[in-house]
Amino acid sequence: MTKVNRRTFIQATGVAAAAGVAGMPNVVLGASKKVVVVGGGPGGATCARYLKIFDPGIDVTLIEPNQHYHTCFMSNEVLAGKRTIEQIRFGYDGLKKAGINVVHDMVTAIDPEKKVVKTAGGKDFAYDRCVVAPGIDFRYETIEGYDEAATKTVPHAWKAGEQTVTLRKQLEAMKDGGLFVLCAPPNPYRCPPGPYERASLIANYFKKHKPKSKIIILDPKPKFSKQGLFKAAWKKFYGFGSDNAMIEWRGAQEEAGVVSVDVASKTVTTRFGDKIKADVLNVVPAQKAGKIAHVAGLTNDSGWCPVNLHTFESTIHKGIHVIGDASIAKGMPKSGYAANSEAKVCAASVAALLNGKEPPAPAYVNTCYSIAADDWGFSVAAVYKLARDGSKIMKVSGGLTPGDAPAEYYKREVFYAHSWYNNITRDIFGG
Amino acid sequence: MPGRRKHTLLLAGLALALATVSAEADSHGGKKKPELISGASAEMLAAQCDGCHGPNGASGGPAIPNIGGHDAEFLMEQMKGFASGEIPSTIMGRIAKGYTDDEIKRLAAHYAKQKWVPAKQKFDAGLAKMGAPLAEKYCEKCHEDGGRKADEGIPVLAGQWLPYLHFTMADFISGKREMTKKMKKRVNKLMKSKGEKGLNAVLEFYASQQ
Ligand SMILES: Cc1cc2nc3c(=O)[nH]c(=O)nc-3n(C[C@H](O)[C@H](O)[C@H](O)COP(=O)(O)OP(=O)(O)OC[C@H]3O[C@@H](n4cnc5c(N)ncnc54)[C@H](O)[C@@H]3O)c2cc1C
Ligand code: HEC
Ligand code: HEC
Repeated sequence: MTKVNRRTFIQATGVAAAAGVAGMPNVVLGASKKVVVVGGGPGGATCARYLKIFDPGIDVTLIEPNQHYHTCFMSNEVLAGKRTIEQIRFGYDGLKKAGINVVHDMVTAIDPEKKVVKTAGGKDFAYDRCVVAPGIDFRYETIEGYDEAATKTVPHAWKAGEQTVTLRKQLEAMKDGGLFVLCAPPNPYRCPPGPYERASLIANYFKKHKPKSKIIILDPKPKFSKQGLFKAAWKKFYGFGSDNAMIEWRGAQEEAGVVSVDVASKTVTTRFGDKIKADVLNVVPAQKAGKIAHVAGLTNDSGWCPVNLHTFESTIHKGIHVIGDASIAKGMPKSGYAANSEAKVCAASVAALLNGKEPPAPAYVNTCYSIAADDWGFSVAAVYKLARDGSKIMKVSGGLTPGDAPAEYYKREVFYAHSWYNNITRDIFGG
Repeated sequence: MPGRRKHTLLLAGLALALATVSAEADSHGGKKKPELISGASAEMLAAQCDGCHGPNGASGGPAIPNIGGHDAEFLMEQMKGFASGEIPSTIMGRIAKGYTDDEIKRLAAHYAKQKWVPAKQKFDAGLAKMGAPLAEKYCEKCHEDGGRKADEGIPVLAGQWLPYLHFTMADFISGKREMTKKMKKRVNKLMKSKGEKGLNAVLEFYASQQ
């Protein structure tokens, strides 16, 4: 076989294409394969990496404003003083090493007709396919008196980094006997067990350092993720249900969802009309897809992005795929593991489509570990397959840690949660 | 260019997987559920495990085990044992039930092809030294090559994560997980003559094999 080097090959196909020669089977290989990924979180970074793994010939650019990414997962351990902020910080060198063009800039517009991504820095990036993974934004308008400026003193800490540090400092500064109030969001939101893990780990910190302190969770929902496991752990470790309970949960039954916040006095008002003054206040508002998804017209009335569940291509704009928290991945929760899983299915589909092939059969997995005390962790896991009619990502197995598991297994799940963290962050960011 | 070749193969694998995409009624629920898309390639299936087990099944620890580089037969037995509940687990039972025998076979073949990356972990050098001859005496018959063997259903022990080795041995000894008769005999002998410290020394030895 004669050796054809890449350049002559491209020239040859170029000539063939220019001459309009049809039926050349290899022509598609010479075609341009440019993907622009918007957002360098678990969704975007994983997708960029796996595009390169599935087809190194794809030209991948990832656009992300920040030099570093702080994972929300394990950020509750930072709040509890079990981990430093540096230990949840990741850079993009691993992606660069994998041959991905990483650009630090903010995407301000996506033109689906011209297939161009525009940035705040004034640059245009042409694409053949675009992957959008901007995560979430908040519906501040749903809570009177709360807005982005207020997050400086009343943090949401639902995007990790500065917000996490702010809340941690407030918890450290709080006097023993103080009250921490956590206002949980309505469904659907990022990380369903997240608020309850947060309450658990902050209780773990209080128990050791400020044992007279209390936590109230105000929840607009009648029930929550892993409720049985959380309540059992709270009972075991934090006196839940007793007169001396460190954690108190108030749900929709008590109309406990927060409707307004007085930032200056850290007082919240619930739907029922109760007023509660906190020493440290954490408000996690209702959520929607990240801003760029709205600007690019990728969202529907729900505020999230409808997609084809096989390719994650937007059902609104062709050639743009949406993954992670911003997408409506019917059947899967909004989690880091889900974003990572969806990103791989999306990358395989995009790689196939760019090579003129049908998207391959998908497979999905999700797991969320929660740590409730020093040696007490549990999980929810699921394996999924896509319904043939594309209507839903169907769970084929999974479930919760059994309530009657031996204590030794709850302890092991803490080790496994930390292992999961080490492994998934390498899977997302490389390195 | 070996890297290049591997990727071409990978793409070919993806193409193959699409050729074999086939409908399969869900056999897990019993109730009638919508038809599902099956036939995912080994690479697609494994990519979904790697979120927990690490890229190519090489775990960054401290406890989730390495699976890349294990023996294929062992991997299949583990997955089936997890699914049936015969092998106790915190989470793998819930996960393994989601895969057909055919998918398990593909996954096992995939991970058996990966390189075993010994865990970079701390170990007690004194105990490891004490453990070396004990491993030789009590375990080497099956866990050959200082625990490096990955064949005939034998799991690699050399360079596995130490907490995981402790967890599995605890399950074996408590009877939660069944040992083969012959392994049980050897482990009992070791425990009888050297006690728990002897067993710990053997595990430290395997952990020291980096
Ligand atoms: C407290 C807490 C605990 C959690 N714990 C877990 C857990 O244990 N397990 C788990 O699986 N999940 C957990 N999660 C959920 C997980 O963090 C999210 O589901 C995950 O981050 C979603 O990833 P993503 O890529 O979709 O979005 P993000 O992580 O939000 O990433 C989006 C990225 O896009 C960038 N971006 C946004 N707009 C633009 C733009 N216009 N141009 C360029 N870039 C842009 C952002 O800067 C960001 O880096 C937790 C979440 C919280 C809040
Ligand atoms: C949520 C994280 C998670 C996911 C996802 C996961 N595993 Fe595991 N795996 C574990 C943990 C934890 C163990 C230890 C056993 C236990 O307690 O469940 C384990 C153990 C194993 C073992 C036993 C290894 C040994 O040396 O004994 C095998 C084999 C395995 N997993 C294969 C897989 C395969 C294949 C997949 C994908 C289909 C997978 N795992 C997905 C967490 C995970
Ligand atoms: C007669 C053969 C034999 C001997 C001797 C033997 N083993 Fe094993 N061992 C096995 C087999 C086979 C397995 C695979 C699991 C199974 O079949 O139960 C195994 C599994 C294990 C595992 C679980 C590893 C995993 O990844 O799940 C550990 C740990 C282990 N052996 C430790 C030891 C130690 C320590 C000794 C010596 C004291 C020993 N074995 C002696 C055959 C043996």
